[in-house]
Amino acid sequence: MHSESNLSTMSAHQFIWNSNAECMPREQIERLQLERLLQTLQLVSGNVPCYQNKFKDCGFQPGDLKSLDDIQDLPFTTKEDLRLNYPYGMFAVPMSDVVRIHSSSGTTGKPTVVGYTKQDISTWTELVARFMTAAGVTREDIVHIAFGYGLFTGAFGLHYGSEAIGASVIPISGGNTDKQIMIMQDYRSSALVCTPSYGLTIADRLEKKGIDPASLALRVGLFGAEPWSEQMRYELEGRLGIIATDNYGLSEIMGPGVAGDCLFKCGMHLAEDHFVFEIIDPDTGKVLPKGSRGELVITSLTKQAFPMIRYRTRDITRIHYDACECGRTLARMDKTSGRTDDMLIIKGVNVFPTQIEEVLLQIEGCQPHYQLIVDRVNNMDQLEVQVEVNEHIFFDEMKRQRQFVTEAEKRLATVLGVSAKVKLVEPSSIVRHEGKACRVIDKRKQ
Amino acid sequence: MKVEQISVFIENKSGRLAEVSGVLGEANVNIRALSLADTSDFGILRLIVDNSEKALSVLRDRHFTVNKTEVIGVEVPDSPGGLSSILRILDNNQINVEYMYAFVERSGSNAVIIFRFDNVDQAIAVLLKNGVNIIDGEKITSI
Repeated sequence: MHSESNLSTMSAHQFIWNSNAECMPREQIERLQLERLLQTLQLVSGNVPCYQNKFKDCGFQPGDLKSLDDIQDLPFTTKEDLRLNYPYGMFAVPMSDVVRIHSSSGTTGKPTVVGYTKQDISTWTELVARFMTAAGVTREDIVHIAFGYGLFTGAFGLHYGSEAIGASVIPISGGNTDKQIMIMQDYRSSALVCTPSYGLTIADRLEKKGIDPASLALRVGLFGAEPWSEQMRYELEGRLGIIATDNYGLSEIMGPGVAGDCLFKCGMHLAEDHFVFEIIDPDTGKVLPKGSRGELVITSLTKQAFPMIRYRTRDITRIHYDACECGRTLARMDKTSGRTDDMLIIKGVNVFPTQIEEVLLQIEGCQPHYQLIVDRVNNMDQLEVQVEVNEHIFFDEMKRQRQFVTEAEKRLATVLGVSAKVKLVEPSSIVRHEGKACRVIDKRKQ
Repeated sequence: MKVEQISVFIENKSGRLAEVSGVLGEANVNIRALSLADTSDFGILRLIVDNSEKALSVLRDRHFTVNKTEVIGVEVPDSPGGLSSILRILDNNQINVEYMYAFVERSGSNAVIIFRFDNVDQAIAVLLKNGVNIIDGEKITSI
């Protein structure tokens, strides 16, 4: 891979955005974390009723925190807490200080709403600039952002980071692959930002059109918003002739910028000066020894509008604390290797089976058995919802039967934010295990 | 006047139609007329049988999704323009045909067409007023 051969000749520090923060000695990181954690606890216990109640329930007062390890005494925050406090209940500042709202899908009908102050946006910008620089992006680059601009955090995060670096941003947004390719050719895009599966879609289309990727100016890809494998990295690098880097984030915490690859690609460096990261046993909630694989739990240290205390990400990973050749002292997380809940990521969008259930229940008379079939066809995720017919949703007229299907598809697309095909199947055709239907078949993993 | 029709949901996979007719055959239910509307994923099979209640119960027992609908059987002159004259009557009276299909057997010298209307009673009234013969529900299964 050309990335390796280039590395020996480059100065590692050339690709560090903020060496004061990213190469801080370990003790100093931990001191800073403790100091900032205390401030955050003061902020939430003064302003967020949900935390006031949680702390009261477990008899905790911000002053009780003497060391970083004491964070284990704090209660967790879950997606359910965000749902109960929808939309603005978890905000720690008045709305007059909030300059931006983003949201992602919730586990049921309602989305999760997050807010940013001016300062939060600037922190976000800084953290994205860090991982983009770590991936080798400079002010010379033309950054092609093929994430959808909207309530989703991905596009805006990368947009701000690119501008901070001084790169030129093409905010093309998602979709229309032919146009994306034309712009890559004509505008000389050098850094590609999208989901890894969309990266492969672009590679497919290039092949189909007989365009040699080497004729493009592309040299680096910043892929995120969905889990992907090392195998996919090799494929993206080989087929697009680029360095493919991973980055991690979630809107509840901030969006992209929580962690990102350096050019050594040996785990994503965590922004430890802005967050505390723990790995817990998802069943017992106990913090696991360093280096263990388990559920990632994140506490924000500098966020103003939407601070999070011990947020359970439901992502499974492992954190490495050994030194990285790039010179950063920040610990690194593995690619996420699964979820502790049943959330699916389809075309970069979070989808929960319960959302689908709710939509189906809303359609009159419909309390059907259903199953989600997720597949990747031509590198694009596809969601099929199989619904067992029953006499309430079966009509002798084809017109009404098709209306039912179209209506269900329309509602699903609205609620999920991703299109789904509804397929009616005969009763009892969905396989049940001990009477319980298996809700999801994810063929992408096979 | 009205005829009871049963409809069956059928997934578009091999052997399903054979299974429906098999279940009915075993139960000694005779199929008098049928039509199949289909998409790439599924089909709706509509049947007129000699014993709807029995057909419904044996199909339900075998986990088929079934429904009952009222349709009417209309006698149509078995000659060129026969169907057209009846459709014109319906059209002139703003009555929509949801779907229709033909009976295999004839009633005397006439063909028999099964009609599904949104508003059955209104359709019956219009047809009768225009002298169209509607076959009795009891009689139709014994044609």
